[in-house]
Amino acid sequence: MAALFYIVAGVAVLAALSVVLQRTPVYSALSLIVVLCSLAVLYLLIGAEFLAVIQVIVYAGAIMVLFVLVIMLLNARRETPGDRSRLAPLLGAPLLAVFLAEFFFVIVKQLPRGSESSAAPLDSGPAAIGGLLFRNYVLPFEVTSVLILVAILGAVVLAKKEL
Amino acid sequence: MVPVSHYLLLSVVLFSLGVAGFLIRRNVITVFMSIELMLNAVNLAFVAFSRHLGNLDGQLFVFFVIVVAAAEAAVGLAIIIALYRTRESLSVDDLDSMKL
Repeated sequence: MAALFYIVAGVAVLAALSVVLQRTPVYSALSLIVVLCSLAVLYLLIGAEFLAVIQVIVYAGAIMVLFVLVIMLLNARRETPGDRSRLAPLLGAPLLAVFLAEFFFVIVKQLPRGSESSAAPLDSGPAAIGGLLFRNYVLPFEVTSVLILVAILGAVVLAKKEL
Repeated sequence: MVPVSHYLLLSVVLFSLGVAGFLIRRNVITVFMSIELMLNAVNLAFVAFSRHLGNLDGQLFVFFVIVVAAAEAAVGLAIIIALYRTRESLSVDDLDSMKL
C-alpha cells in the first residue's frame, strides 16, 4: 500500500512537471490526464472510492475532453517564446521556493511522524455521500444546479458566431 | 498506512507546480490547465484531511469543487474561443483585455 502511494505520487509529480514544461498544449493536456488519473488512484488508496470514480468520469472524462476538443478546434500549436522580460521567472522561482519551504515546515511541524489518524475508516460509498449531500448540504447542492445552468447558457451565448 | 502529512506534501508540490505553470506559460489554454492542476491539489488536501479527521464533509467539498471546475472550464473555454475569433491568437500577451 505504502509503496504504491509513493510510486503513484511520483508519477503525479512527474506528469505535473510535464504539464508545466511542455510547450505544446496537447501534450500538457495529456499529461494533465495522467495527473488526474493518478490522483484517482490516491483517492482509492485513502478510502474515497466514490470520489475516485467521479474523478475519472467527470474530470479525466468530461472536463479534459472539453480541453482537448478546444485545443484541436483552435489548432493550438507549440507556443513561441515571447519577448517579455525574464524578470518574472527570476523573481518567481525564489518566491515559489519560499512558499514550498513554508508549507513543508508547517506540515512537518503540525503533523510530526506518529501523529497518525486515530479516526476509524470512513464509509464513503455513494449512500453515505448522498445522505450527507441531501441532508446537510441541500442548499449548496441546489445553488450548484443554478450555477451549472448559468454556465451552460453562458457557454452557448459566448460561443455563438456573432457576439 | 501512509501518514497524512505525505498526502499534504504532495498536494503542496502539485499546487506549486500549478502556480509555476500559471506564471511561466504563454498559451492561454495551458494557463487554464494549470488552474485545474491547482484545483486538484486542493482536492487532494481536502480528501487527506477528511480521512485524517474522520469526517466526510471534506469529500463533499471536493464534489462542489469538481462541479465549479466543470462550470469554469465550460465558460472559460467558451471565452477563449470567442477571443480567438477576434484576435487570432492564443498567447496571453495578445489577450490583455477582455473587450472584443
